[in-house]
Amino acid sequence: MNTDILIEFAINVLSMGSLYALIAMGLCFVFGICRLINFAHGEFITVSAYTLYYLGTFTNIPWPFVFLLVVIVGLVVGYLSELIAYRPFRGRSLDALLVTSFAISIILQRLFQLGISPRSRAVPVPAYFNMNVTLFGVITPLRNLLLVGTTVILLVVVMLIMKYTPLGIAMRGASEDFVTARLMGVPANLVISVAFIISGLLAGVVAVFWSARTGSVEPLMGATPLLIGFISIVIGGMHSLPGSVVGGYVYALIANLLSLTLPSTLLSFRDAIMFVIVISFLILKPEGLLRGSYQEERVG
Amino acid sequence: MSTHRHFLSNCEAAPAARPQSTSSYFSFANKWSTVVLLISGLVAIGAFIWWLNIPFIEDIFTSSAITLTMVLGFQLYMGNSGILNWSYIGYAGIGAFASAIFSMEPAVKTMQIPTMYPFLIKLHLPFSLALIAGALTAMAVAALVAWPLMRLSDSVGAITQFALLIVFNVVLSQWSQVTNGPRTFTLGGLRYTTLWVALGVASVVLAAVFYFKESPVGLKLRATRDDRHAARSSGINLVSTRYIGYITSAFIGGLAGGLFSHYILSITAASFYLHDLFVILSMLVIGGSMSVSGAFFGTLLVTLARQGLRQVELGLTRSGFEASGATEIVLAILMIVFLIWRPNGITGGEELTWNSIRRRLKSFTGRKKQSAKSQQQED
Repeated sequence: MNTDILIEFAINVLSMGSLYALIAMGLCFVFGICRLINFAHGEFITVSAYTLYYLGTFTNIPWPFVFLLVVIVGLVVGYLSELIAYRPFRGRSLDALLVTSFAISIILQRLFQLGISPRSRAVPVPAYFNMNVTLFGVITPLRNLLLVGTTVILLVVVMLIMKYTPLGIAMRGASEDFVTARLMGVPANLVISVAFIISGLLAGVVAVFWSARTGSVEPLMGATPLLIGFISIVIGGMHSLPGSVVGGYVYALIANLLSLTLPSTLLSFRDAIMFVIVISFLILKPEGLLRGSYQEERVG
Repeated sequence: MSTHRHFLSNCEAAPAARPQSTSSYFSFANKWSTVVLLISGLVAIGAFIWWLNIPFIEDIFTSSAITLTMVLGFQLYMGNSGILNWSYIGYAGIGAFASAIFSMEPAVKTMQIPTMYPFLIKLHLPFSLALIAGALTAMAVAALVAWPLMRLSDSVGAITQFALLIVFNVVLSQWSQVTNGPRTFTLGGLRYTTLWVALGVASVVLAAVFYFKESPVGLKLRATRDDRHAARSSGINLVSTRYIGYITSAFIGGLAGGLFSHYILSITAASFYLHDLFVILSMLVIGGSMSVSGAFFGTLLVTLARQGLRQVELGLTRSGFEASGATEIVLAILMIVFLIWRPNGITGGEELTWNSIRRRLKSFTGRKKQSAKSQQQED
């Protein structure tokens, strides 16, 4: 009986953690290179989720192609937003960038409300997503295992790209010191665009699994994944990709632990507790669990 | 680097005594003419609207005077320290709930919010004191949490403030014993915030925010904004300077929140979250965050634009188009446009003064004369 609970807990942490790790990695790619906290990342996810809704409901395209298209839409949105909204702000203050991304997120939310519907829509997923399988004596939907598998594959691919390809090396250089990397011949536009493209691609993947879990899509759905991504990158270390992945899993662990252990009267304060953890991390251990090479400046 | 050089060159120039201005009185008067101009403009508009006596327009003016108070407090920290303070709207929320709890009759409280702590039910103050007590509560919360946060700058600073806003929002929306939890908090009393109350508080706050900017602390805070390292090397304590600015700003935020709750009479924690932050942020960005005049004109312009757009929106919705929310899109686009082409807003970070008006007028009439002259020559 007790081991069952433990295994169930482990599966929950692993599957939710995988989702959170993908969100955090998407945020961290952009943050690492542009030092921009992309408030519109949640809306990248929403756009992809709406694509899933439209393609799944109104067309008969086979599922694998639907997923492919969803990811492509995420990727295109990431690239376009960089081109239209962020490129004019290159070199401006961090606050200008932050405010812009905040404004873009508002614009996209209102566009969804106006153009589609303020109410939520049910998202169709293939039947095998919700099929129950038994693992070590615990019943769990298949989508959790698919999610963990997809995440592992994506992580390995991203790691290989970052480690061995010229582009990956250029990106790592740019995230350590953008100016020096440019002096060494790293093309700034390419590196920043690629960061946004990968971020959009990851948002597309997240959209599939997020809406499969919640079963619906609505204009404001991007807020929750965005906050989770924030917490994860802060816990894991804002300047390191592996850190953001670790942060995602740690977040899932803490959130699940709190859900299990908090008394029911305090359960509604769970988010507040999570953010108090974030603030204390930023004050006491600003480099996060895994230290990146770049350090933030602080005074006093 | 240029700022460093500037700082040093000033030091070198110090022995060769600066030209003592003979009209220091006039330059002082010119500096403070901003406050006189802005407040008299505000009072003139207010009096005119009071004289018109159309409830709809009076409501718009009262709520925008409250918003002006809120934007002024926002400007006080953001404009002088250069740090975007996401948590600001949370202090407005704290002030709103706290002042409402202070001002409500105990009997009304037991009826409206049965879950409230008994010791809170017993509290009762007249409106003016409740307003100040609410603002002091917001300031006390800021004073408790802010000290360690003041060390952080840039993106880490922004994220901590953002995280703090979420903490405030969760606590305000879940603490049933104080804020009635996720349910609406109804004040069930008189509408204390009348046109003249909102106008009076906004005027006093405007003068206070301007005074803060010109005060030694404000000057130090602006120095930390312009160059952190130069400011530190000339002996400014960044943390304590920011701290004073931050809690003062929280006080004004709480004041504005209190005005708001006694005007709107039923509030929820959702009234003090990202959407409202976005509105006051757009006002400050469009007006120009570096000056008090920027906060004033930003509030004026955005309020007018929002009211106009809302009418268009209503018209469209009535004629069959679903257009609710279009106002926010226009505002957001406007904000981005300003950030790209005029990052210091319409005021360009300058204050409105007698001299600036005279200069503007002179160059305007001068241009007119010149064009008239050239026209004559052509003839």
